[in-house]
Amino acid sequence: MLHPEIESMTREQLRQLQFERLKKTVERVYENVPFYKEKFKEKGIEPGDIKSLDDLKILPFTVKQDLRDNYPFGLFAVPHTDVVRVHASSGTTGKPTVVGYTQNDINGWSDLVARCVAMAGGGPQDVVQVGYGYGLFTGGLGLHYGAERLGASVIPISGGNTKRQLMLMQDFGTTILCCTPSYALFLAEEAAEGGMDIVNGKLKSGIFGAEPWSENMRKEIEKGMGIKAYNIYGLSEVMGPGVSMECECQCGMHVMEDFFIPEIIDPDTGEVLPFGSKGELVFTTITKEAFPLLRYRTRDISVLREEKCECGRTFVRMDRVMGRTDDMLIIRGVNVFPSQIESVLLEIGETEPHYLLVVDRKDNLDLLEVQVEVSEKMFSDEVRKLEELEKKLRHQIGSVLGIQAKIKLVEPKTIPRSEGKAKRVIDKREL
Amino acid sequence: MKVQQISVFLENKSGRLSSLTDVLGKAGINIRALSIADTSDFGILRLIVSQPDEACRILKDAGFTVSMTDIIAVEVEDRPGGLAAVLGILENAGINIEYLYAFLEKSSNNALVVFRVEQIEQAIKLLGENKINVVRGEDVYKL
Repeated sequence: MLHPEIESMTREQLRQLQFERLKKTVERVYENVPFYKEKFKEKGIEPGDIKSLDDLKILPFTVKQDLRDNYPFGLFAVPHTDVVRVHASSGTTGKPTVVGYTQNDINGWSDLVARCVAMAGGGPQDVVQVGYGYGLFTGGLGLHYGAERLGASVIPISGGNTKRQLMLMQDFGTTILCCTPSYALFLAEEAAEGGMDIVNGKLKSGIFGAEPWSENMRKEIEKGMGIKAYNIYGLSEVMGPGVSMECECQCGMHVMEDFFIPEIIDPDTGEVLPFGSKGELVFTTITKEAFPLLRYRTRDISVLREEKCECGRTFVRMDRVMGRTDDMLIIRGVNVFPSQIESVLLEIGETEPHYLLVVDRKDNLDLLEVQVEVSEKMFSDEVRKLEELEKKLRHQIGSVLGIQAKIKLVEPKTIPRSEGKAKRVIDKREL
Repeated sequence: MKVQQISVFLENKSGRLSSLTDVLGKAGINIRALSIADTSDFGILRLIVSQPDEACRILKDAGFTVSMTDIIAVEVEDRPGGLAAVLGILENAGINIEYLYAFLEKSSNNALVVFRVEQIEQAIKLLGENKINVVRGEDVYKL
């Protein structure tokens, strides 16, 4: 353990710590974030009403729409000069959701991820290859700062460029690989094809996340690379990677409870459910200064377990995320909302857009095909015009979703209609 | 002088064309001429039929994406050089041809060539001046 005094503190000590930090956070948002002050007034509550951790449930929820409504910096709790970093993630409409960090927040996040890398067996002697994307996405920089804080040698290679990834992995002696699990499998295959022996090389473990993956995938990666493959979880709204992380037992991810208070709720009623129940994950941040969030609904479905872990850590564990309460997909590590396609079709003048996303995985790479019904409005007698339409759709959809998709024009009424919510996605991947 | 041609969007899936011709057949619509422009992903079927408006309605009801285009049907002598002569006239006047296709007339020694051109009025006038017969819509549908 990197921080044994924290990671194995008793539950009573932890609850006390959480309560103190929660109180400070509630006061901070009440004073500094008009959105929250409004919400408190609507509910007829005040910061003083939080007298114990049990009072967490009287606080209002926060949802992604609140972030969009307050784009870009409406939910920040500090003056602009104190914000030293912003990150952004994809949104369903044109605007991304924006998060911010003070220097203290960055320091805290770095400590958090350092703890995670240590949980994967990392230390100052390790060479950590960060294959998550660097940029507005929190994955790359999150792992970077954490591994660096730990004292490891960081290779900030970002995503893509497979040949170079493998070459540097070999030449630099990478011991810990950080990237999406599907990319890890892809690397393993490319390495095997090129005659590179990863199994007997220096690589000893991997920290994989940013997309859902199964136990089967874990076994494949561990076998194909000869490493221990750890699951990491996070979301930029709450912090970035490092909200929770697996330990050597690989039996659920320990939530970093000194930084976040987790809850599981019934997504339809909002009722808080006991440990062991399946429901929607909710997090309250209790250390962040720039962008504190109260009871943020993640829309990820999981279970929280309080049983003791063999590793000695007293933080609760969450199961691997088993689904979403909304229609978001993760394709090649990018968050994709099927409804983003609607905005593109509406823009080209389509009043009743009928489309279908077909997601598949071939050779460990995610493939997206978007089927669009050709309405009378879109149709032209000239092949050239239809090909131009295809090209325009491919370009617009690629730009809105953030990943390239194949476009297939289909006849009307071929995409199934439904009574209730339209089924917009066929996901053929076995994750 | 203008003839109405029906265009239908078809996916590259087997059975689509036969399903469409079946629908027309059952409705008593006779196909006079047809042509398919295909790409690797889809095809555009172009039809000259006996009752264009009715065919359009029937096909739409059957769930096809349909549009109507004005084309001209030009009588061309059924001999070597027949088509070249007509094309030469159009080319010299700078008339842009989008596409064309041809079929034989039953009752004469002529071929009928369907043209889609950008400048349709100009083409009709020009061909008339050159004594080339541009067949009227009503006559084409009844062929």
